[in-house]
Amino acid sequence: MSIDENTAARVAKLARIKVEDEALPALASDFNRILGFIEQLNEVDVDGVEPMTSVTPVRLKRREDVVTDGNQQQKVLANAPDAREGFFAVPKVVE
Amino acid sequence: MTDLNTLGLAEARDLLRKGETTSVELTEACLGAIEAADALNAFVHKTPEIALERAKAADARLAAGEAPAMCGLPIGIKDLFCTEGVPSQAASRILEGFKPEYESTVSQNLRDAGAVMLGKLNMDEFAMGSSNETSTYGNAINPWRRGNDEAALTPGGSSGGSASAVAADLCLAATGTDTGGSIRQPAAFTGTVGIKPTYGRCSRWGIIAFASSLDQAGPMTKSVRDAAIMLEAMCSTDPKDSTSIDLPVPNFEAMLTGDIKGKKIGIPTEYRMEGMPEEIETLWSDGTAMLRDAGAEIVDISLPHTKYALPAYYVIAPAEASSNLARYDGVRYGHRAKLSQGDGITEMYEKTRAEGFGDEVQRRIMIGTYVLSAGFYDAYYNRARRVRTLIKRDFEQVFADGIDAILTPATPSAAFGLGEMADADPVQMYLNDIFTVTVNLAGLPGIAVPTGTDRQGLPLGLQLIGRPWEEGELLNTAYALESAAGFVAKPAKWW
Repeated sequence: MSIDENTAARVAKLARIKVEDEALPALASDFNRILGFIEQLNEVDVDGVEPMTSVTPVRLKRREDVVTDGNQQQKVLANAPDAREGFFAVPKVVE
Repeated sequence: MTDLNTLGLAEARDLLRKGETTSVELTEACLGAIEAADALNAFVHKTPEIALERAKAADARLAAGEAPAMCGLPIGIKDLFCTEGVPSQAASRILEGFKPEYESTVSQNLRDAGAVMLGKLNMDEFAMGSSNETSTYGNAINPWRRGNDEAALTPGGSSGGSASAVAADLCLAATGTDTGGSIRQPAAFTGTVGIKPTYGRCSRWGIIAFASSLDQAGPMTKSVRDAAIMLEAMCSTDPKDSTSIDLPVPNFEAMLTGDIKGKKIGIPTEYRMEGMPEEIETLWSDGTAMLRDAGAEIVDISLPHTKYALPAYYVIAPAEASSNLARYDGVRYGHRAKLSQGDGITEMYEKTRAEGFGDEVQRRIMIGTYVLSAGFYDAYYNRARRVRTLIKRDFEQVFADGIDAILTPATPSAAFGLGEMADADPVQMYLNDIFTVTVNLAGLPGIAVPTGTDRQGLPLGLQLIGRPWEEGELLNTAYALESAAGFVAKPAKWW
């Protein structure tokens, strides 16, 4: 399976990373080298083997469905590049 | 008296308890060493005011006779840990200016135990790298050199700043994190000790996430005893991390008897890689002989799926990273790109992430995006998770057969020169983790111990892998190996 520039551009779009057109050939070739390395996995017989979901065989912990934290608006917004009137501010989302 | 910054945790602790030094004195010695070591680029955010304030508080606790394990001991913290009010940016431009309003559980545990934070340590961006060359702060430098050659060497990665700082005596010890070898490989490259505990021993809360099913924190220290002391202080059961284990934390230091008589040490055939340098072969067989002489039984074992660990890792880790790093979008924290007239929210995301992430991080996010995308999820991601099950099963089998620990090389070579891998393809760099990555995939504890040097005088380390949750046993075996190897070399000071 080989990745062409169109696929590289599509992946960049899905990842929301702007990649200039002139950088696409190098990116596609990096992808191909890495995926070529990963291809070895096809040699392994994985029939009947469950995909690992947790490395430790314990049941994921649960907690009571109650509020444990909150009322920290200032702290939540303290690191925002643009916060106004208690909200995160972003460019226009809908036309 | 020797310079206080050259002490290890155990020695300094004992002097403090005897009243022969103070935390302020120790801290000032380290701060002085840090100021004189900018050439190493290990400390990237220095916090001398915080350090002295905590040192004074520690001295008061010591005077009151209330001195927990790490009380008054000055340490460095990897930039991946969120530290309250202090820049924590995972060595990435995208988190420029980020000052957390909270403290990670591990650094809080260390604070509670009285440890003194000297500052934040350099690392590969988002812990993605094996040479500390992907950092937005620039390279961290290894204090070790090849004889009289002035070429700058890598301290390894991703915890390169931590390894460099400990090896150069800028601090008594440091925190690291390990997703595929990021504690053990830099420890081996700098002649220091680094342990990655069992997945779940240390809380991941407040540690900037790379690959959540693999990430674990651990100490980087000057001795195995120090590793035991600091690991105990770092571990806890944490309700804020659902994968944190509900097990009591043993007194690891008390388990260091050095007695390993009758222990079964496995030597895995599959780790004897083709083209392995002779020096690594010799190091490994010497280490095997040391453990045998200490009374352990040496057993040849097989871990048949070893070869597939790196390719499985390079599916699973990027997949998890692409998901974890989706949060850096220029909205809630860190960098936001300057936008052009008419740019909407999608352009803001794309420009912010292109400017904020370095090349290797972008590459891994996109690989992860690809292997998780519709049509490839089964072929790549699910297959890799199945192979991961088989890799873990290999270890379960040898432990079920009675093996107590496994001895392997820590790295395929000594520290290499900064820039030497610049023209290599990304896969070449990934091979650095070939001996360490299996341990993360299987969630096991692993420790790197310095046991020798190469012909140019650079340190080399061996790795011991233990049974899950048996860090105490593992540390004791490492202690026996350390005692037998008697590695005492230090880098000659040039910085």
